[in-house]
Amino acid sequence: MADEESLITDEMRATIGVRSEPTICEVDKLQIRLFARSVGHVDPIFYDEAEAKKAGYRSLPCPPGYLGTPVYDPRYSDPTFGGRRGGARAPEPRRPLKRILNGGTEIEYFDSICAGDVLESTSYVSEIVERKGSIGDMLITTSKNEYKRKSDGKVVAVMTGTGIRY
Amino acid sequence: MALKVGDTHEAVVIENVNRTHVVKYAGASGDFNPLHHDDTVATGNAGYPSVFAHGMFSMGLTARMLTDWLGAASLKKYGVRFTRQVWPGDTLTSKAEVVSIADGLATIRVWTENQKGETVVEGEAVAPAS
Repeated sequence: MADEESLITDEMRATIGVRSEPTICEVDKLQIRLFARSVGHVDPIFYDEAEAKKAGYRSLPCPPGYLGTPVYDPRYSDPTFGGRRGGARAPEPRRPLKRILNGGTEIEYFDSICAGDVLESTSYVSEIVERKGSIGDMLITTSKNEYKRKSDGKVVAVMTGTGIRY
Repeated sequence: MALKVGDTHEAVVIENVNRTHVVKYAGASGDFNPLHHDDTVATGNAGYPSVFAHGMFSMGLTARMLTDWLGAASLKKYGVRFTRQVWPGDTLTSKAEVVSIADGLATIRVWTENQKGETVVEGEAVAPAS
């Protein structure tokens, strides 16, 4: 059947919806400034806490795209990406795919996130789809990352990411 | 600022992307994938012509156009697709257009073009209309 040809193995399907161990992401002033600087923000509220408070924030707010920094610990952090190493290696597709691209990212905010917040991030694969295009086999994996603030248990953001392998 | 359907805004968000820009973002994000800073890796097995910027870097630059326009914590939702890679030497212009307003929230189409007019990022943002 068509399934013979599918890139997606049963082992891959079994990973859908399985939540990761939580990663602690600290939101701190140093990292907010570093991130804001790297994408060229000039608004002082990302750099000067007094300006941020004047504008109504508890401390420096996160610039869009920054959701805290995973606490790095060599015992369980990934040396390249900084986040938590996946326990077991993600199962490989039936045919090898060499390249990977970030296909898209969406962040939905439910509250403002400021320096001092500690977020617990939990991720899971929500969907795996395959396509055959002009560049050959493509595997599109959608994953969700939920960010819960530890101090009040509120989910403050959900990030949806799409990874493309081909 | 009160937004209306059809309102537009644009800004050059970076000129002449270089490896220092990319390395700054790598340090800030903690993403040290060598495809973004190590030409030997990027041009080796991976087969790219050179290093290229992180997708999330273009996303952050595009967001800066929005927050400069609408305010620092204005975004309720912000999502983009990465349609082309951003290479050293690129100059990026981010553009926005309000496409609808409902329940006090504006839906804004956003996209970023390189110096050739090619779209590198496209997506949507939701922000308070006033």
